[in-house]
Amino acid sequence: MNEYKHGLRDGIPIALGYFSVSFAFGIMAAEAGLEVWEAALVSLMNVTSAGQFAGVTVMAALGSYIEMALTQLVINLRYSLMAISLSQKADGKFRGIWRALLGFGITDEVFAAAAGKDGEVSRSYFAGIISLPIISWTAGTLCGAVLGNVMPEFITNALGVALYGMFIAIVIPKAKESRKILAAVIMSAVISLMVKYIPWFSGISSGFAIIICAVAASAVCALIFGGKENEG
Amino acid sequence: MKVSVFVPYLLIMAGVTYLIRALPFVLIRKKIKNRFLNAFLEYIPYTVLTAMTIPAMFYATDNPISAMTGFAAAAVTAYLGKSLITVALAACGGVALCEGVLMII
Repeated sequence: MNEYKHGLRDGIPIALGYFSVSFAFGIMAAEAGLEVWEAALVSLMNVTSAGQFAGVTVMAALGSYIEMALTQLVINLRYSLMAISLSQKADGKFRGIWRALLGFGITDEVFAAAAGKDGEVSRSYFAGIISLPIISWTAGTLCGAVLGNVMPEFITNALGVALYGMFIAIVIPKAKESRKILAAVIMSAVISLMVKYIPWFSGISSGFAIIICAVAASAVCALIFGGKENEG
Repeated sequence: MKVSVFVPYLLIMAGVTYLIRALPFVLIRKKIKNRFLNAFLEYIPYTVLTAMTIPAMFYATDNPISAMTGFAAAAVTAYLGKSLITVALAACGGVALCEGVLMII
């Protein structure tokens, strides 16, 4: 099959999930005082979930520019880890300007889908997989900002967990398949709970917490188990 | 929000986020040979997504009980190997159902 079409097809479930989550973001952005077009533009230019929620919070509080930059850096730094990981899977033609252009579309779900794909990732495939999610993320925000205040609260609450549902859908099947990944996942969850509930760690922001958990759990598992090529 | 207030925030936000993604992607051209690093990078997607979900998901609704119902619904459907969108909808459905029931009680 044509690589671009293949990517488009793999992007459909991501785009559907994004619509509901960005709808929730649109509601939140409108409540924080952004115009409809402003909310949509934030989504189009950032395509992040947690980063945007935090960014709009900073805007609403009229926080400093440094605070805005640091919040985004900390919450989104995980994309650097994903970009490094993806750089290892990209094929020979997917480099230079293509990476500069298409790297814009690296998100948690796109990364997970591309990482889980068999073989190398071509630029056509990657262009395909990011297309619909970016459109859907922006459109969902637009709809949320316009319609949000007429929706009952239990519906907006329900939509707010769609993103987490997608994360679970990516992690659990892999953890079921590989004991090493299961161990890494449990370790990451335990560290995350510790950072959240042990008062001594209370100064750590949620963005840093994610990085600490992921780096610690991945490093320990890499040391103990090595990579999946050794799996028995 | 006034345009003159909004635009600088937007540019900083989008600029930082773009560089975080694009710089490592453009700059790292060689295949990493180090076995530890390769293994480390294999675990990253799953440990990142886990840390983002637990415990943040439990606070994503007004009520931890509905959030946990959503979590359970998603976990079960994911374990059964259902698609991304089915699992996401199961999470939403679990939350809506639970909040509906709690409203009636």
